[in-house]
Amino acid sequence: MAIEFPRIPLGQWIEGGLNWLTSEYSMVTRGISRFTQTGINGLNEGLMWLPEWALMAVIAMLCWRMAGMRLAIGAVAGLALIWNLGLWNPMIESLTLVVIATLVAVVIALPVGIAAALSERLYRTIMPVLDFMQTMPAFVYLIPAIPFFGIGSVSAIFATVIFSMPPAIRFTTLGIRQVPKELIEAADAFGSTRRQKLLKVQLPLSLPTIMAGINQTIMLALSMVVIAAMIGADGLGNEVWRAIQRLRPGDGFEAGIAVVILAMLLDRLTQSFRKERKQS
Amino acid sequence: MSETRPVKIKVRGLSKVFGSQPKKALELRDQGLKRSAILDKTSQTLGLSNIGFDVYEGELLVIMGLSGSGKSTLIRCLNRLIEPSEGEIVIDGENIPELSDKSLLECRRRHFSMVFQNFALFPHRTVQQNAEYGLEIRNVDKDERRQAARNALKQVGLEGWEDAYPNQLSGGMQQRVGLARALANDSSVLLMDEAFSALDPLIRKDMQQELLELQHRMKKTTVFITHDLDEALSIGDRIILLKDGEIVQIGTPEEILTAPADEYVERFIEGVDMSRILTARSAMRPVRATAREDDGPRTVLRKMSENGLDSIYVTNRERRLLGLVEGEVADRAVKDGQQGIASLIHQDFPCVSPDEPLHNLFAMFSGKSFPIAVVDYDKRLLGVVVKGAVLAQLAESGEH
Ligand SMILES: Nc1ncnc2c1ncn2[C@@H]1O[C@H](COP(=O)(O)OP(=O)(O)O)[C@@H](O)[C@H]1O
Ligand SMILES: [Mg+2]
Repeated sequence: MAIEFPRIPLGQWIEGGLNWLTSEYSMVTRGISRFTQTGINGLNEGLMWLPEWALMAVIAMLCWRMAGMRLAIGAVAGLALIWNLGLWNPMIESLTLVVIATLVAVVIALPVGIAAALSERLYRTIMPVLDFMQTMPAFVYLIPAIPFFGIGSVSAIFATVIFSMPPAIRFTTLGIRQVPKELIEAADAFGSTRRQKLLKVQLPLSLPTIMAGINQTIMLALSMVVIAAMIGADGLGNEVWRAIQRLRPGDGFEAGIAVVILAMLLDRLTQSFRKERKQS
Repeated sequence: MSETRPVKIKVRGLSKVFGSQPKKALELRDQGLKRSAILDKTSQTLGLSNIGFDVYEGELLVIMGLSGSGKSTLIRCLNRLIEPSEGEIVIDGENIPELSDKSLLECRRRHFSMVFQNFALFPHRTVQQNAEYGLEIRNVDKDERRQAARNALKQVGLEGWEDAYPNQLSGGMQQRVGLARALANDSSVLLMDEAFSALDPLIRKDMQQELLELQHRMKKTTVFITHDLDEALSIGDRIILLKDGEIVQIGTPEEILTAPADEYVERFIEGVDMSRILTARSAMRPVRATAREDDGPRTVLRKMSENGLDSIYVTNRERRLLGLVEGEVADRAVKDGQQGIASLIHQDFPCVSPDEPLHNLFAMFSGKSFPIAVVDYDKRLLGVVVKGAVLAQLAESGEH
């Protein structure tokens, strides 16, 4: 005879917690929501106000300066294809979400990563949390985002920030911890304060590693922004989503290719930041 | 003599235990247990035990010992890069172990600059910016610190390399930057932890020479760490010998070589103590000038001043050594209108055969500072040995 063991109502507890949070902090969440939405709209409108060729020229210039001619040519070709496929505006919308989500993620991740590098206790607390954040299936974050911020792009950004932040924290911590012990000792021997040590030695030396983390964050953000179409985020993901619902694989692939182009562009560009720094 | 010299740093009863129960380890130490026994019993490492010494103003003090003897620990206790477990370290009336965090920063900035074995240069900063570091964190005015850094770089012969990055320089040059970074700071004590150990032998010799010159010019109190006896002998004013975290002997290079405190020191200097094999011949130098027995006092005096000598050997036609005339005596003879020098000559100076072992020469240098004359069995003058040459010879031969 099987012993009846009551099912643990884990889901209910979490729901209860979320409900409590949403009702208790609705003022705050609504504020954040409005603020973020304004940012998204502003950036979207700004980027779409520019003629396509002008934005392409700007991006090409940037690629050329940062990474050389090859990337510049690749960027123009890729963006021209996206334009030609009529996916320009969805591409801009995705880009906006990625940019804003990454900014927020980095602004949070840097201080947290630094703190975790300097405090062994915080380090040991935070690493399992980061593991949890990263291994949780991405779209699970979408669900609690909705009661907080409703359907749409703000929820998408919320979920994206949480999903994409771990590498930025992790690499910041790693970079600072990797600074050779002798250099820390040298800084100490001359009488540096903690702040001076951080700003003049630890951060500059961990910059390449931090940039690698930010690069990963951007990549994760892009993948999440696409998935976030499921909760009503605009952009290329939305094109894919619609193609799936209408069973039009051709449209789906076109949007998918646009995502790949955007991903490669962002990846190469941020990697070149890293190399630029290393050479100096 | 040593008691009257001004003391820059006074270290007393300094001990360091690596581990979580320093009290327990120190108790066992007081019961007479040795480092290894304490390690077995408590798994605490007794890094330093009851260290006491003075660093005199302006001297170059060498701390020497085998790897693991506690040299790095000792030098890092001075500026508290490592927290001492007990003891006092007094610099200008301040007891360093008792300083608050803030006063400690101040103390490090004012008193100590450090040069490291592996250079520890900041790779993201240019040579100039590295040299400026110490002043920069003290918020010294930009122009002033640029000037100070440039001066320091000039001192170490790195003019023109200001804008290079450390990884563009050779090891020797990198350590010059390390030295410049320390000098620019104008702190009162220079701490050097095996600063030249990572350099190859020729460059190392150069750097030792330059350090000596710098030290001579600037009279900077320096604590220099090495595991290498040759290095210690050739640059140290005094040497502290460290073994298993304890001081075995403190003394001048001569004292260490001629009167080793115990077997440990003896074994240590064995490798170098080629003096038992080396002879006066190997350290001998040609005589710059000699006087003839029939020279007058005036001629003798001229020969001495032309060659920068305080005294001169007198030989006969066969170059047989007759004796020595001192400058003062010759000078008086000239004033008194004396003609010959026969009455001025004396034999009160050391005289050895070329086969005399070097270690016997040390004792002869005491008293008046005449060089040692080297003569063959026919009493013909072959050369002289001066004090520095013996040490230099010993140091050099220790290398092989
Ligand atoms: N942080 C530490 N923890 C434990 N033991 C240490 C530590 N630092 C040094 N020691 C031990 O103290 C002794 C002296 O080390 P050190 O001062 O580095 O010697 P040296 O510089 O003369 O080679 C060695 O036995 C070493 O293993
Ligand atoms: Mg050492």
